[in-house]
Amino acid sequence: MSEHKDIFVVVEQRDSEVQKVGLELIGEATRLRDELDPNQKVVGVILGENVKGAADLLFQYGADKVIAIEDAMLKEYVTEPYAKALVQLINDKNPEIVLFGATSIGRDLAPRVSSRVGTGLTADCTKLTIEIDERDEVPRKLLFMTRPAFGGNVMATILCKRTWPQMATVRPGVMKALEKKADAKGELEEYKVAFEAKDMNVEIMEVVKATNKSTDITEAKYLISGGRGIGGPEYFETLQKLADVLGGEISASRVAVDSGWIAKDRQVGQTGKTVRPLLYMAFGISGAIQHLAGMDASDLIISVNKDEGAAIFDVSDLGVVGDLKKIVPKLIEALEKYKAAKEVQ
Amino acid sequence: MVNFKLSNELSLQQELYRKFAETELKPIAAEADETETFPMDVWKKVAKYGMLGIPFPAEYEGSGSNNLSYSICVEELSKQDASIGVSVSVHTSLCSTPIFMFGNEDQKKKYLCDLASGRKYGAFGLTEPNAGTDASGQQSKAVKDGDNYILNGAKIFITNSAFADTFVAFAMTDKSKGTKGISAFILEKGMEGFTVDKDIPRMGIRAASNCGLAFENVVVPEANLLGKEGRGFGIAMQTLDGGRIGIASQAVGIAQGAINETIKYVKERKQFGKRISQFQNTQFQLADMQTKVDAARLLVWRAACAKDAHENYSALAAMAKLAASEAASDVTRRCVQLFGGYGYSREYPVERMMRDAKITEIYEGTSEVQKMVISGSMQVK
Amino acid sequence: MKIVVYIKHVPDTNEVKLDPVTNTLIRDGLPSIINHDDKSGIEAALRIKEQVGGDSTVTVVCMGPPQADVALREALAMGCDNAVLLSSREFGGSDTLATSTIVAAGVAKLDYDLVITGRQAIDGDTAQVGPQIAEHLGLPQVSYAEEVVEITNDYIVVKRQFEDRYHIIKVKLPCLITALAELAEPRYMSVAGIEKAYATDITVLDYEAMKDVLPLEKIGLNGSPTNVKRSFGKQAKGAGTVLADLTPDEAVQAIIAKLEEKYII
Repeated sequence: MSEHKDIFVVVEQRDSEVQKVGLELIGEATRLRDELDPNQKVVGVILGENVKGAADLLFQYGADKVIAIEDAMLKEYVTEPYAKALVQLINDKNPEIVLFGATSIGRDLAPRVSSRVGTGLTADCTKLTIEIDERDEVPRKLLFMTRPAFGGNVMATILCKRTWPQMATVRPGVMKALEKKADAKGELEEYKVAFEAKDMNVEIMEVVKATNKSTDITEAKYLISGGRGIGGPEYFETLQKLADVLGGEISASRVAVDSGWIAKDRQVGQTGKTVRPLLYMAFGISGAIQHLAGMDASDLIISVNKDEGAAIFDVSDLGVVGDLKKIVPKLIEALEKYKAAKEVQ
Repeated sequence: MVNFKLSNELSLQQELYRKFAETELKPIAAEADETETFPMDVWKKVAKYGMLGIPFPAEYEGSGSNNLSYSICVEELSKQDASIGVSVSVHTSLCSTPIFMFGNEDQKKKYLCDLASGRKYGAFGLTEPNAGTDASGQQSKAVKDGDNYILNGAKIFITNSAFADTFVAFAMTDKSKGTKGISAFILEKGMEGFTVDKDIPRMGIRAASNCGLAFENVVVPEANLLGKEGRGFGIAMQTLDGGRIGIASQAVGIAQGAINETIKYVKERKQFGKRISQFQNTQFQLADMQTKVDAARLLVWRAACAKDAHENYSALAAMAKLAASEAASDVTRRCVQLFGGYGYSREYPVERMMRDAKITEIYEGTSEVQKMVISGSMQVK
Repeated sequence: MKIVVYIKHVPDTNEVKLDPVTNTLIRDGLPSIINHDDKSGIEAALRIKEQVGGDSTVTVVCMGPPQADVALREALAMGCDNAVLLSSREFGGSDTLATSTIVAAGVAKLDYDLVITGRQAIDGDTAQVGPQIAEHLGLPQVSYAEEVVEITNDYIVVKRQFEDRYHIIKVKLPCLITALAELAEPRYMSVAGIEKAYATDITVLDYEAMKDVLPLEKIGLNGSPTNVKRSFGKQAKGAGTVLADLTPDEAVQAIIAKLEEKYII
């Protein structure tokens, strides 16, 4: 459809700082564009009070063009002014595809925009491809949007064939940003939206920046767990460092709790808590049946143990036979380097 | 044709009881047993959601359901914690029910409304140090004195006694008449001369409250006489007929709870390179146990339905209790065996369930008493 | 205050089992429950009703097949006053946009000052239907509500969660909020509530009842802009790898590679 062109990426900023997922999506959009039509553009769309300065960064990560919509009303995220601006822009420019990060802002804004534009929206995608639907009589390139459902037990590929643009929110951390090109340039368009006072239909009374740190191990996304093999209470401090680098929590086997090395509320297993984090790392845990019952539903299990016959290896995606005291410090170091390298990008 | 499917209301009530027990009772049952502490916070929630007045009509602030629902409730609670199960049973069957069945309108307004709504808690005082299975040997005495009765004597093994507000208790008003000289009274906590002793240490249902009572010149107003003077023994026997539905439900719950725990365990535990669930012995044992428990449950439901239909259920309740309590003892013992050493350890709940099961063969009529009731109804003599 | 809560009756995804051969979802025998976030929304509505008092009512709305009746009974048994089931063959196959169109049409037939939905459903995890209902009804929305700070007959103040901050937002009624599971720990049904629930009539609205406000081309499979091209089971967890005889550095590399592969880092 010739009247629809370009891939728009709605780039999220907080306090004028571009969020990483926006750069990831620009990278993904360039790959999609190459498949779809090399003549189309990857357009970064950024909204805020004072944000056009971010355009260079978006060019450096692969955007051909940046559309900046600036207004005092866009300073903190509020659904209606953002939705109004994007709806006007989309109706005006007819993009082929619009991508949002599946953050709490993206998932608030995108459905509102899609229903006002009258098009479909696919949530929380983990894979995007350009393909042809073999059922179509006139073959055309479509965005195939793949996402998990049923608590991640099922993957579904969704198409949006009758309405435009094709819209998706995409899970942060899944797509890869391009290598930064310091000298990249592009076209900046400042787009005007006529806001009215009534567009601010809610009142933000307070903004509180907080990292709400959960200490409930059943809510933690990543758990770093220690057992008999860590040797004593002091080693939990080392595991805590590892947890901090990853943004997780520490937990423990029953032996560690019964030995008084750590509080009971950290215990995983039959007499402790049942957990199913995205990542469970078991250090020096042999894997008694009572322990396995409390964690074997975790998404990814990585374990380190000296004993190659340890039962924990039966449920692990990756098991390493070795001395955890040699491995953990190096792992912390490596992760810190990894993180630092990512931030520089 | 009989339909064994629960109605929509009962299915949803079963879901409520099950979810409540799994969420509220399961996490605290082991510790309550270990420390022999009655979990009052959880008990208040039992009351809040209407589980202390299930079979009583809304006009007495009950939940307006029936005895089958009550039976299902006691089963579901007992799957996780038999101590709470018996507490609900005694409150409902042994205290609220006789007031509902034999009380006058004033007594129902004054006592049943508070009990059925769960604002107050109930207990039942029949057993005495020297009058257990032979309840007719009551030594407690109530002597008429103007508009009052003066009560003296002692009771033992009184469930809920430490926290109950309302007691249905029995005493001789005329010893010369034997069982026809026994009367029933409604007592209130705090009546002068009425004291509750310390908890009696026990093998099982250790989180429940079970104390002795002492009556020393307790002045009981005539208005608190339940039924007519001299009708107490009949009231006690009819009350116990209903109570047996509760205890049988408790026994079914304990047994089913043990089976559920065992199924989970045998699918995890490996020996000889196999999950122990893969051994035919395990499979057949569990098949056998589940058949016993289902048979017992059907007997319990039959008795509850008969009570709801105002049919004679005395022998039906006795059969239900006999079958269910013996199933509970047998099943829990076999579950511990399937667990092996871990079953004997306090890390898993089956040893507690085995200890809890035994009492169901004893209280509210031993198995032998049930056989007397059943054979009596068969006119075998 | 008239509060409307939209709930979804969903398969309990904690109980999901996959066919070991085809690696597809076994739907048979999968128990259905009220979606967690929605149940929190019901609780929040009941608390608001208790707080505001007067002639406040809570009406619970569910869209689904006739079997969704039990979800509405459960909501009634928790204390909701009225229940509405949106059910019609024409609604089948609706995507989020078509679903929100139908629900908005159903809600528009009711009196409301406040509409509450759960943030997202555990089967679809889209979090789209709430904001889309708000759009169709022309209501301001506050999604990701974690706490009701204040409620009056004129406005509501809500703590709204983001990844790195929260906003305290005041919004005039009528409006729509989407509830996080943390918003309010749901109460249980009560025994008497269950008796009452089955003595209450549930209003069923089908396409016929709503066609004055519901264009056929906007609903159902044919009215949905998106459709499922294919679905497949999650790739089976490969038998885990156990690595021995690695140097600590090699071990660290192996772990990092795994973390990268699974997008942990």
